[in-house]
Amino acid sequence: MEKFTRLTASACPLDIANLNTDQLLPARFLKLPRAAGLGRALLRDLRFDAEGRERPDFPLNRPAWREARIIVGARNFGCGSSREAAVYALYDYGIRCVIAPSFGDIFAGNAAQNGLLTAVVADDAAAALTRRIDETPDAPVTVDLEQQTIECRGETLRFAIDPVRRARLLNGWDDVAITESYMREIAAFKTADRARRPWARPAESR
Amino acid sequence: MRMNAPATLFDKLWAAHEIARREDGEALLWVDRHYVHEGSFNAFGQLKARGAHVAEPGLTFGVADHYVPTRGSRRHIDNPDIARMVRTLEDNTAEHGIALFGLEDPRQGIVHVVGPEQGLTLPGLLVVCGDSHTSTHGALGAYAFGIGASEVAHVLMTQTLWQRKPKRMRITVDGTLAPGVAAKDIALATIARFSADGATGHAIEFAGSAIRALSMEGRLTLCNMSIEAGARSGMIPPDQTTLDYVKGRPFAPKGAAWDAALAAWSALATDAGAQFDREVALTAADIAPIVTWGTSPQDALPIDGSVPDPAREPDAARAKYLREALDYMGLMPGTRLTNIAIDRIFIGSCTNARIEDLRAAAAVLAGRVSKVPGLVSAGSSAVKRQAEQEGLDRIFRDAGLEWGESGCSMCVGINGDVVPPRERCASTTNRNFRGRQGPLARTHLMSPAMVAAAAVTGRLSDVRPLLAGRKA
Repeated sequence: MEKFTRLTASACPLDIANLNTDQLLPARFLKLPRAAGLGRALLRDLRFDAEGRERPDFPLNRPAWREARIIVGARNFGCGSSREAAVYALYDYGIRCVIAPSFGDIFAGNAAQNGLLTAVVADDAAAALTRRIDETPDAPVTVDLEQQTIECRGETLRFAIDPVRRARLLNGWDDVAITESYMREIAAFKTADRARRPWARPAESR
Repeated sequence: MRMNAPATLFDKLWAAHEIARREDGEALLWVDRHYVHEGSFNAFGQLKARGAHVAEPGLTFGVADHYVPTRGSRRHIDNPDIARMVRTLEDNTAEHGIALFGLEDPRQGIVHVVGPEQGLTLPGLLVVCGDSHTSTHGALGAYAFGIGASEVAHVLMTQTLWQRKPKRMRITVDGTLAPGVAAKDIALATIARFSADGATGHAIEFAGSAIRALSMEGRLTLCNMSIEAGARSGMIPPDQTTLDYVKGRPFAPKGAAWDAALAAWSALATDAGAQFDREVALTAADIAPIVTWGTSPQDALPIDGSVPDPAREPDAARAKYLREALDYMGLMPGTRLTNIAIDRIFIGSCTNARIEDLRAAAAVLAGRVSKVPGLVSAGSSAVKRQAEQEGLDRIFRDAGLEWGESGCSMCVGINGDVVPPRERCASTTNRNFRGRQGPLARTHLMSPAMVAAAAVTGRLSDVRPLLAGRKA
C-alpha cells in the first residue's frame, strides 16, 4: 500500500449528503477486475447521462476539477454497501483524500486499507471549505496527515482521523504482516476457546 | 473491563473474541463464521497474490447468491459474465477446501437467510461476511458485521480481524405493534428518526417488549437494516424464541454440545445497570405502516403522509436534498403517498424474503389480482420449497406475479433482474438508493404486506383495510 504523508492538489467539492457506494461505483461494474480500470466507472451515473455523455455541470467534469486528487464531500460519505471496489474506483481515478463531516464505517475502514485518506471535519468547516474552492476552483488544497491539517488559501483547519488508520496510512502498514507476529497468541486462543466453547464449531461434519 | 462489572450483551460478545489488544486500542478478534459469495473474488485474488492459504476452511462457507439467475436455467447461465462470476466462486471455494452452497445445492439461497437457516449462525458467535447486511445475523445474539475485501482476505488468511471497539447504543421498543405493522416498519421508523448516519460508529442492541415479541424472522429483518442507520452491527439477546429457532438445525450443536451451548447462551444478556453510550426509546403503538419516498432509507414516512415540499423547508441544504430526491423519484412536492402509482413490485432480498414474509404478502394477495407485474424471489431454496408446500406460490402466481428462484435478485440488480429506467417499484428490499434496482429505477421500500397492498391497488396503499376479515 502506498503511504500518505502530505498532498497538495486540486480539490473537487461533492456536496451530496449520503453519497453511498452504489453511487461511487454502480453495482453493474462490480464484476470487473480492478485491472479493467475501475477509475472510469467512478460515479458513473452522476458523471455521465444515460446515453453516456458527460454531464458538464457535474463538479468532477468541470475543467478546474478534472484532475482533482481531493474530494470535499458531505455527511455520511461512502455509506451503504461494503464494496471495497468503491475505494478502488476513487483511488484509480486519482483521488487520494476525501474530506467530509462523516463517513460510512465500512468505507472508512476499506479506505485505510488502500491508501485513501478519510479526513473528518465539522459540518460548518466542510461547508466553508466547499465555498472557498467554489470561489477559487484553481486554488490548491494541502492535506498534511502528520499535522492533521488542511490548508487552502492561507487558512488552515484541523481534521480528525482514527489514530490507527492514521498510522497505517503514514507507514503503509500491512495488517496481515502485523497479524503474523501474533500467531502464538492466536494459536493459544484457539486451543483455550475450543475447550471453553465446544459448541462454537459447526456441528455437521462434511 | 472489571470482573463482575455490569456488562452489555455486546461487551460480553466482544470480550469472548478478543485475542489481543494493542496499546493503540485496536483488538485482534477471533472469527467464528465467515461467509463468502461471488463478490468475494477480489479477496481470493489477494490470497493468490500472496500465495497464502485459508487458515480455517471449516469455519468458512460459500453461498452463491449475488449473481445467480432467478429465472430460466440455472444450470446453463446465458450471460457469460454472470456465469463466470458463479464459476469463479466455485473454483475459489474448491481450491481452498471451503464448503459451497452452490446453484445445484438444495441449501442455496441468500447468505443472510442461509446462515441462520442452516444453524451456522448461532448465539454468541462472531460472524463476518463481505456484505454490509451481515448485521442480519445479530438477530440470534451474535456479533455480526460486514467487511471489505481486504478484511475478507485477512480473515481467510488468519481467521482473525483487527477492530476498534464501537460505541454501544440501545434502542428500546416497548409496547405492542398494531395489526399490519411489521419489523420492517420498526426499522424504517428508527432510521427516519435518527437518519442514515444516526448510529454510525455504534453497535446497536435492540431491546424492549416489542422486540421480544418479534419472531426470529422479524428480528432478522430489524437487525438487517441496522446498517441503513449507519451501524455496522445490530443484535438482540437470545431468548426462548432464539433457542426454538436454532434447535435441530443442520449445523447447530447437538447432544452435550447443545447443553453446553444453552448454559453459555443463558449469560448472553445485558446486565442490569450496564452502561450504553447512547440510549433511545420508541413506542411500538406509535409505529404505523411506513414507506420511503426518496433516495435514502431515512426518507421514510407513515403511509398516511405526503411527500415533503422543499419550498416549505427552511434549511437551504435540506431543501436542496429534498429537491434532488424528488426530481430523481419523479414526484411532485406535497403528493399524498397513497396517490403514487407504481409500475411493478418486488418481494425478495435478505431483508424480507423469509417464510413469514411470504406468508404476510400472501395473506393480502390471496384471491386478489396484482394490478402491476412483479417478481417474488424466496430468500432461500429451502424457503421456496416450504412456500410451495404451503401453497403460497399458487397465490402469487394466481395474482399474476412471477415465482422465481432464490438469490439477491432485484435488490441489487446484478443478476439481470432490474427495474427499467424511471419505473417505480414497491419493494421489500433495504436500499432505495439512486440506480440501486437498475439505472434510473425508482424504489419505494416497505414491508411485504405493504408491497402486496401496493400490488393489489396499483399504488402505494395502507395494508390495514385490505386485511379486514383476513388472518394476517
